[in-house]
Amino acid sequence: MTMHEPQSQSRAAGAPQTPADVHSRPLCLSGKGVTKVFGVGGKQTLAVDHVDFAFHEGELVSIVGESGSGKTTLAKMLLGLLSVTEGEISFQGKPRDIRTRRAKKEYWKGIQAIFQDPFSSFNVFNKIDTVLLDCIHMTGGRRLPYAEKTRLMEEACSFVNLKFAELTNKYPFELSGGQMQRLMIARVFLLKPKILLADEPTSMIDACSRATILDMLLQLRDEIGMTILFITHDIGLAYYISDSVYIMEHGRFVEHGTADEVICAPKAAYTKRLIGDVPKIYEPWDLSTV
Amino acid sequence: MSNKILQVKGLTTKYVTRFHEDVYAVDHVSLEIEEGKSLGIAGESGCGKSTLALSLMGYYFPPLHYISGEIMVDGKNISGMKPDDVRKSVLGTEIAYIPQAAMNALNPTRRIRRFVEDVILAHDPKADKKQISEMAEARFAELGLPASVLDRHPVELSGGMKQRTVIAISTILKPKVLIADEPSSALDVTSQKMVIKMLRDLMEKGYIRAMIFITHELPLLYNVTDDIMVMYAGQIVERGTAKQMVFDPIHPYSRGLMHSIIVPEAGTRGHKLSAIPGTPPNLKNPPQGCRFADRCQYVVPQCRVSPIPMITFDGTRTYRCGHSVAHLREVYSHDDA
Repeated sequence: MTMHEPQSQSRAAGAPQTPADVHSRPLCLSGKGVTKVFGVGGKQTLAVDHVDFAFHEGELVSIVGESGSGKTTLAKMLLGLLSVTEGEISFQGKPRDIRTRRAKKEYWKGIQAIFQDPFSSFNVFNKIDTVLLDCIHMTGGRRLPYAEKTRLMEEACSFVNLKFAELTNKYPFELSGGQMQRLMIARVFLLKPKILLADEPTSMIDACSRATILDMLLQLRDEIGMTILFITHDIGLAYYISDSVYIMEHGRFVEHGTADEVICAPKAAYTKRLIGDVPKIYEPWDLSTV
Repeated sequence: MSNKILQVKGLTTKYVTRFHEDVYAVDHVSLEIEEGKSLGIAGESGCGKSTLALSLMGYYFPPLHYISGEIMVDGKNISGMKPDDVRKSVLGTEIAYIPQAAMNALNPTRRIRRFVEDVILAHDPKADKKQISEMAEARFAELGLPASVLDRHPVELSGGMKQRTVIAISTILKPKVLIADEPSSALDVTSQKMVIKMLRDLMEKGYIRAMIFITHELPLLYNVTDDIMVMYAGQIVERGTAKQMVFDPIHPYSRGLMHSIIVPEAGTRGHKLSAIPGTPPNLKNPPQGCRFADRCQYVVPQCRVSPIPMITFDGTRTYRCGHSVAHLREVYSHDDA
């Protein structure tokens, strides 16, 4: 057997570790009774139904659910891209204010996102230098000398194992999906937001590059102390990477707790079903429950 | 000796880029599948999995070109046929193919029933439409799809349902081999399970006689297929049964792939997820020796000298590496400790 033993509980060096004090840290983002209703009159759809959540600083939280359970709607509300029908979202202990354009811009300095489809995340007319320079400008580095800007860009690229010299003068479509997703992380590295919202960042890239992306997210959390919200439908990924897990079904959180609590001892029937549906290696996969 | 449904010998195909450069995306691939068996093909993006699938069908459109090799489906040679002949006499009846974006393969303006008619009429222009409908209804019911699906438009179906409908349509003529190219990678786990269940049903009920399943999700392959084959840079680097490949991979690349597995099982959180550093080589000028040499942590100078042949060991398993099996096993056990 060259693989690890499944029962060993000891954490190997380099494997994700949950910081011991993470649940006693101050709240970074929290919500009470957050609701989103789409449509008006008789054709209303309740996408997110009175959810409460509390994400601590430097915590890696996963939100897991099937397609259509409201994960992305919640993410868009947290980003301020969709209005909240009801409820309140607090950012760093204060109620969030994004009513004006200026307030929204300020808010986006604190929260950034990586989306599912790396191919459509970039402006096709902008070269990669422009993408990275924009980030430096956004964080107040507009008047830095060019050599300093280049140094910052090189630093960001080396953080994500890309070579800046090979990227200059290229357009985003000349990169592969994994490289583009890493470039998105390089942007985040330059912007250094308080919260990073990763909406299925690994679902469109292969299993090999996936490990690299996950490692980088963990590095962002450990080195910069970023709060990361990881949205995924793959419960195995959530188990591997996160400190806390929220399970979402039809717009509601049916279960939440630490990764070990939720995955190893699930209480809700929905969580049990989700775990049962994932193909496994050490346990038989029951196909008769479909 | 059991009946071999699909036999491929030395298949080589290339892409010609617009600068007239040759890219050998499938390089001397040989494989065999026995009746009733399924073969999984694993590998990272850009290593030739999908090109192999297209090449196996004999469906060569520029920029893809056939160079050499033999493809035998149940004793019938289909290599080197013209695309038109392939469409008439191979697709659907000998080999069926489910593309990666199967959910987008359906024309949104037509009802599902029309697609079924299209497939059957393309092979038998005199078929009776009423009989086709009855047959389609029976087949859909047998595969667990409601008959009402036939009268719907594709936009009315969910992603998982569309995927299953495409599978049902493409296997309506009882093809001998089904090639499924990442059929479930765009679906969530529950829909994925339904798709897998359907493929299993097709095998059990004898509508298909062998299956090739392409994916980069190894836990899935382990549960679905009998054998797993790992591809790297257009070549097969290792083949063995699913169990052998997951628990005892020999080639350093297979081992790298197995280490990127994530499963939600108690204790698995403790292992370090390791990615293989670097990217696959450019196939315009592939390395002379071992193609994995630049990314391999066990590389020695001899690896780069001459091409590495496939070596058989333990009776049925094959691998392509300059090191001996005993040496690799020893190195791995040392690494694990």
